[in-house]
Amino acid sequence: MAKIKCDKCSKEIETWGVVTVCPDCGADLQDQVREAERVTVAKAAEMVKDESATTHEFIVRTRGLTKVYKMGEVEVPALRGVDLDIRRGEYLSIMGPSGSGKSTLFNMIGGLDKPSSGSCFIDEVDLAQLTAFELAWLRCRKIGYIFQTFNLIPVMTALENVTLPMIFAGMSSDEMLERGRMLLELVGLGDRLNHKPFELSGGQQQRVAIARALANSPSIILADEPTGNLDLVTGKEIIALLKELNVGSGVTIISATHDLKMIDVSDRVVHIRDGQIERIERRSEIELQVGRLGEEEAG
Amino acid sequence: MINVRELAKRATETRAEERLGRQISLPWAAAVNIAIRNVTIRLGRAAITASGVVLGIAFLSYIWTAKVCQDAIEHDLARKARIAEIEQKAAEGQVIVPGAEEAAEEAQARAARQSWLVVMSLLVCAVGISNSMLMSVTERFREIGTMKCLGALDSFIVRIFLVEALLIGLLGSVVGVVLGHLGGLLMYSWRAGWDLPAKISWPAMLTYLAASVVIGAVIALLAAILPAVRAAQMPAAAALRSEI
Ligand SMILES: Nc1ncnc2c1ncn2[C@@H]1O[C@H](COP(=O)(O)OP(=O)(O)O)[C@@H](O)[C@H]1O
Ligand SMILES: [Mg+2]
Repeated sequence: MAKIKCDKCSKEIETWGVVTVCPDCGADLQDQVREAERVTVAKAAEMVKDESATTHEFIVRTRGLTKVYKMGEVEVPALRGVDLDIRRGEYLSIMGPSGSGKSTLFNMIGGLDKPSSGSCFIDEVDLAQLTAFELAWLRCRKIGYIFQTFNLIPVMTALENVTLPMIFAGMSSDEMLERGRMLLELVGLGDRLNHKPFELSGGQQQRVAIARALANSPSIILADEPTGNLDLVTGKEIIALLKELNVGSGVTIISATHDLKMIDVSDRVVHIRDGQIERIERRSEIELQVGRLGEEEAG
Repeated sequence: MINVRELAKRATETRAEERLGRQISLPWAAAVNIAIRNVTIRLGRAAITASGVVLGIAFLSYIWTAKVCQDAIEHDLARKARIAEIEQKAAEGQVIVPGAEEAAEEAQARAARQSWLVVMSLLVCAVGISNSMLMSVTERFREIGTMKCLGALDSFIVRIFLVEALLIGLLGSVVGVVLGHLGGLLMYSWRAGWDLPAKISWPAMLTYLAASVVIGAVIALLAAILPAVRAAQMPAAAALRSEI
């Protein structure tokens, strides 16, 4: 967010770089807007740095994370030095165009793939130091995953999908069924316990996936384009549900998306482009931007 | 109206003291349950995999049934020959042993030929099973990746696939044994007379049939190990990316 003054009519304008002409006199303010934006980004970066200096409540930290995919002779750099601190209880969105490295970052944070260099810490534990067993434990208990394609096990019912991670966690079968029912009720599917994934709509499948992600009370929910395969309304419902969970239980939510409409629930938005963090926006800035988007739609 | 916040709080409450600490596990009962589901839901695929076992084991049990039947027939002939011999001896006071050595040699050669056939058929059967296991594993890469995300160790994945292979192997073998055995018995009875079943050694026959079932199951298991291990060792991210 930036405040600039039109140099023709002296009107004060708030802008996000979306509007680059003066609404009163129509003067082109592109250069001024770009400069203001640069200052804002620098300020935001400073603010984030300040915060990391004052508190250690970071549940995820990445340092110099890079990932290069080798496709025969060709090397594809997917991440090029990502430093990111994610606070406990935060709702963080990772925005970026398709191919910018969101899923790659998601895989690194979730311990699903190894970085080419750099490190990723979860609760100050370096993932690279973990054994296969500890990694599985982490995936089972600490992190809940949500995918664009839902990824439910097709041969299992909603309840069985939700209880599968609890089996791995060694929960007793009574406790498991009770908790599974409760979670499905929580996501509004109390009456669909015994439906198979193909008997459910996309939105309902994603709800099952959310319930499954919550199975073992994770500290982090990683969602890779959770609304990518859903229509706008259903997508918004899913986002609202994630936000409810975030506020209600304090679970940290890290969600990759390329849909601008999904960011108004975020505490921070990390914009990535070509495998690098472009800028990070904070809540206050986002609210103003969303307000502006709303005004534009209304007007 | 459900209070979502309250439920959310309850749902994500950490109950560390109630948990069994750092363990992660997949009990055999759960693995069997999952495997049974996978087999029953993908019945078509399971039937294709099983048909390899059915053919191999049907052939094996046919050969063994034939062996038991032939033994019985030879035994019967030998007994008749001995009776004839004794009668002849009594009548003429002469000793005649008609072609005893030749018969033994021929039996040996036949056994060697049959062993070869059995080995070959089992090999074909193993290749068939590993091929269809490979296919059914490849089909399910994404599922495997998902399971890994949910906290499955490589060994859980292997366990599920091996239980599945064992189930398919057992079912296929039982069907194969029934087919092969009945086929063999009918053929030899038709040749040697319908009283043949009364003459054969049933303890030997049952031992061979049980062995056929065990061999079928073991071959299915062995053939599944490689594809299962390879699938389980795939990095989770790669498994999730595969589009099928
Ligand atoms: N397994 C892979 N092998 C080769 N290249 C990959 C692989 N995964 C991702 N990439 C490449 O890395 C870049 C980032 O991909 P990705 O993280 O999936 O982006 P996003 O999720 O933002 O769309 C893309 O150029 C993509 O083609
Ligand atoms: Mg992606």
